[in-house]
Amino acid sequence: MYDDTIAAVATAMGEGGIGIIRISGENALEILNKVFCSVKKQPVENRKLTYGFVEDNFTGEKIDEVMAVYMKAPHSYTAEDVVEIQCHGSIVSLRKIIALVLKNGARLAEPGEFTKRAFLNGRLDLSQAEAVIDLIRAKSDKTFDVALSQLEGSFSKKIKEIRADLVDILVNVTVNIDYPDEDIEVITYENLISGLENVKAKVDSLLATADTGRILREGLNIAIIGKPNVGKSSLMNALLRETRAIVTEIPGTTRDTIEEALTIRNIPVKLTDTAGIRHTDDVIEKIGIEKSKESFNKADLVIFMVDNGSPLDDEDREIIEYIGDRKVIVIINKTDLESKLERDKIEEKLPGAVFIEAAVAKDQGINIIEDEIENLVYGGQVKQNDSMMVTNVRHKALLEEASTALGDAASMAEAGEALEFLEIDASRAYELLGEIIGEAVNEDIINEVFARFCLGK
Amino acid sequence: MKFSPDSVWESRSIEKEEKMEHILMGEYDVIVVGAGHAGCEAALASARMGKKTLMFSINLEAVAMMPCNPSIGGTGKGHLVREIDALGGEMGKNIDKTFIQSKMLNTAKGPAVHSLRAQADKNKYHIEMKRTIENTPNLDMRQGEVTDIIVEDGKVCGVVTKTHTWYKAKAVILATGTFLAGKIFIGDSAFASGPNGLAPSNELAENLKKHGMKLRRFKTGTPARCLGSSLDYSKMEEQRGDEKIVPFSFMNDNIGDNKALCWLTYTNEETHRVIRENFHRSALFGGQIEGIGPRYCPSIEDKVNRFADKKRHQLFVEPEGLDTDEMYIQGMSSSLPEDVQLAFYKTIAGLENIRIVRPAYAIEYDCIDPQDLKLNLEYRTIENLFCAGQFNGSSGYEEAAAQGLMAGINAALKISGKNPFILGRDEAYIGVLIDDLVTKGTNEPYRIMTSRAEYRLVLRQDNADQRLTEKSYEIGLADETRYKKYLDKKESVEKEMVRLTEKTVSPSEVNAFLQAHGTSPVSGRVSFAELLKRPQITYEDLAEIDDETRPGLSYHEVTQLEVQIKYEGYIQKQLQQIARFKKLENRRLSEELNYSEIEGLRLEAAQKLNQIKPASVGQASRISGVSPADINVLLVYLEKKKRGN
Repeated sequence: MYDDTIAAVATAMGEGGIGIIRISGENALEILNKVFCSVKKQPVENRKLTYGFVEDNFTGEKIDEVMAVYMKAPHSYTAEDVVEIQCHGSIVSLRKIIALVLKNGARLAEPGEFTKRAFLNGRLDLSQAEAVIDLIRAKSDKTFDVALSQLEGSFSKKIKEIRADLVDILVNVTVNIDYPDEDIEVITYENLISGLENVKAKVDSLLATADTGRILREGLNIAIIGKPNVGKSSLMNALLRETRAIVTEIPGTTRDTIEEALTIRNIPVKLTDTAGIRHTDDVIEKIGIEKSKESFNKADLVIFMVDNGSPLDDEDREIIEYIGDRKVIVIINKTDLESKLERDKIEEKLPGAVFIEAAVAKDQGINIIEDEIENLVYGGQVKQNDSMMVTNVRHKALLEEASTALGDAASMAEAGEALEFLEIDASRAYELLGEIIGEAVNEDIINEVFARFCLGK
Repeated sequence: MKFSPDSVWESRSIEKEEKMEHILMGEYDVIVVGAGHAGCEAALASARMGKKTLMFSINLEAVAMMPCNPSIGGTGKGHLVREIDALGGEMGKNIDKTFIQSKMLNTAKGPAVHSLRAQADKNKYHIEMKRTIENTPNLDMRQGEVTDIIVEDGKVCGVVTKTHTWYKAKAVILATGTFLAGKIFIGDSAFASGPNGLAPSNELAENLKKHGMKLRRFKTGTPARCLGSSLDYSKMEEQRGDEKIVPFSFMNDNIGDNKALCWLTYTNEETHRVIRENFHRSALFGGQIEGIGPRYCPSIEDKVNRFADKKRHQLFVEPEGLDTDEMYIQGMSSSLPEDVQLAFYKTIAGLENIRIVRPAYAIEYDCIDPQDLKLNLEYRTIENLFCAGQFNGSSGYEEAAAQGLMAGINAALKISGKNPFILGRDEAYIGVLIDDLVTKGTNEPYRIMTSRAEYRLVLRQDNADQRLTEKSYEIGLADETRYKKYLDKKESVEKEMVRLTEKTVSPSEVNAFLQAHGTSPVSGRVSFAELLKRPQITYEDLAEIDDETRPGLSYHEVTQLEVQIKYEGYIQKQLQQIARFKKLENRRLSEELNYSEIEGLRLEAAQKLNQIKPASVGQASRISGVSPADINVLLVYLEKKKRGN
């Protein structure tokens, strides 16, 4: 256990109903007893909320009316003695209390230090600790569910299951190599190949959730493009109508690029209305176009809006060229007008595109657009109820490497190579999977992981 | 003189009146206690490195005795013998002189796990090793029982014998094998004994404890020996040696032919019934044996008990030597009473009329916890005291010899004030063996296996000399002849590698050859090296289309050449693994580090780390009881220290 006691404000700094100060370490209770007076003059009990006041034990000044709770080790977030003081959510009160706690011997916690202690004290494994960050940063219900299930250890459990399968294979290979004289059952390549492929399939099915996972975590980037007056603003407004969260005009950018954050069917989305990409000599417009291209290139999905009422012009064609083979939804807007659009020409140039006919200003077709977005995120499959999902870039990279190693091992087995060769790749895969849950040591991971934490966690 | 006979008795805390005159009989640099496979290698290595050395044995008939199986090598073990040889040890040369049948195991698998095993003529093996020791300069040999070591100020400085003599030494190597407090079990009879009816060493065990050494009990066993003339070989399967015999030693090219046959037969349900009905009479199940036996080398009653659904177990019948009719029944060790032994052996096809000459027995002995050793095999709390072989909790002749060699080398280096000689897990099976013992410890007699090595593609038996001979030459063990041979081989392999890469042939020159060997034709010019990469083509095959520039390579050279060309890709992969492994291995840890002071480290982990004082973070990560999370704590701590907060 650590010999120092750490403290931090655990709630967001700002005005709020309540604010919480968290203290963890050997002296947590001792510090609480110094600064806290219960109204009934009773000692604070384990896992019981006590009402009272925080008083400056140096000056006797009453600081705030609070509720205090003590969680005895190891049944706490960090697996150490933890104390939480719930005060009024004013910056002044929080500051005064934390200053007092520090004065009484606690040290201000570093970002992520509470969770780091939970990990180092063995209460959380690495993927669980990472889930804590995701929980805090969750932007939608779905993201939250996934992070929570990872925190509960379901992801670790899955990885452990896969590793256990792999151990069976490795043991079998080993026995065959080391006991050539014994009349043990000889491993058949048939079994070996199917075993390895089976493990690989499990890794791959986890990996298949990774893109969805990333999107749920970081948000789906959608760029809307189309010539002026085709209905982009109406589309944005229509999509925003119920779920408007934050609207920001990105500072320092040109007049034309607008980014909105919203959720569509519980999927966090970043929607960018681009300025267009038409060639121009105007300097200011040029900057706008660069900006558009940039958000365009970052986009997971492009929504291309065309006007049903007019034939394709040069600007449309230029956009089509630029879209190339990106994932795209073509919205043929203004279906209430007589069609003058050569749809077949767009279909020819954008063979992978999904076409939706809409009259955005009249609220027609919005549902279909939302359906399509949802479909795209869940890979066109039925929406997964399973909360098991790879949401972490580090996990994804390790899974990818493991999958490659397993594939190599399987194809070596198919080529009839000797056991000890394919064992190299199989055991490498085992090691990589171990790194996900922190059962294999890789010294670079730790600091990287905990550097991403926010204060008070 | 500092060590008077008085101080000898003082250190053994014996009452004044019991004191007897002890005579100083000699002064040595290194004294080796025990003359088994560990003791012989230790003594030879030390003497060859120029140290005046004395080797003790309770009985000189026990020098390099093989009290159990009559063979050297096998999976993993064969690798060890090759490495011992590459370092300038004796085991490889000695078995090459005395083998009677030789076989390369695992040839159906890849080259990294090919393992050589040779049947030995036991008596000849003993005689030849003894002769080598007799002829080695700087080396004395003495029959006598060492009853104590002399320790002053935490440093060993001599040994005491049963015959009231004492010897001064700068370093002592303990290689007591199964002699130390040995106890034999046959049925309900148990008696103090060393292996094979030789006298045990009881006093030494008691005195080592007085010096603060923690001893524990391990157990092993051996099957019966019977007369070959009483067996019916027509009911067994003949086991022949290889046609082309490969020597163990890199110094040898041609060592002669097979001289004997082995036989394979099986137990049956009747055998198992006899054994099962007599479980209660086994010392093993009766609870008399407290020592822990090896899981991978179980007695027959153990096998029948644990694998109840198995209808038969195989056993090999192997000759003990050419000058005897005694046969060894491999796979059938037992601690059952003699009447039961006779009864169950008789149920086996070919053994119906068996005449046993030596019964099977189990033997229990004292050994240390190898976690009390440093990586140079020096006992942590007694300076200059080195330990090797079964005394360290290992099992097997080869494991013992490997440790003996390393203990001998390190004792010699230590008293010369030189750096220890430690082999990494990426350098040798010997490195794996010692790191496993010292770092992870063992709860049963430890046996090497190829799977214990993470990097077995690089740790092959064909390249042991390329991995180790230069290192050994640098510390003054491998001699000039061996070193020259190593350099020659290295050069001729490299030269031939270049020639094969540069020499190309056109499709018209090579396609007929390729088709004849069942592999696809080529459409453009192709190099010999590329051809050799094909599984169907061997180096020997290439002779058919080669010209007069082809050199005459030895067996060892051809093997290494082939492996390096054919498996280049895999070897590269393994080298990358090693590079990753080295990262943690190169994070050195100071012996001064007090792990109890590192915040966040679990109590158990801190205790283990303080006990073992690992040399690197890599070694720390292999200690049982130290979890990856603990290693992370350690890394965080080191990082903080580096940044200076």
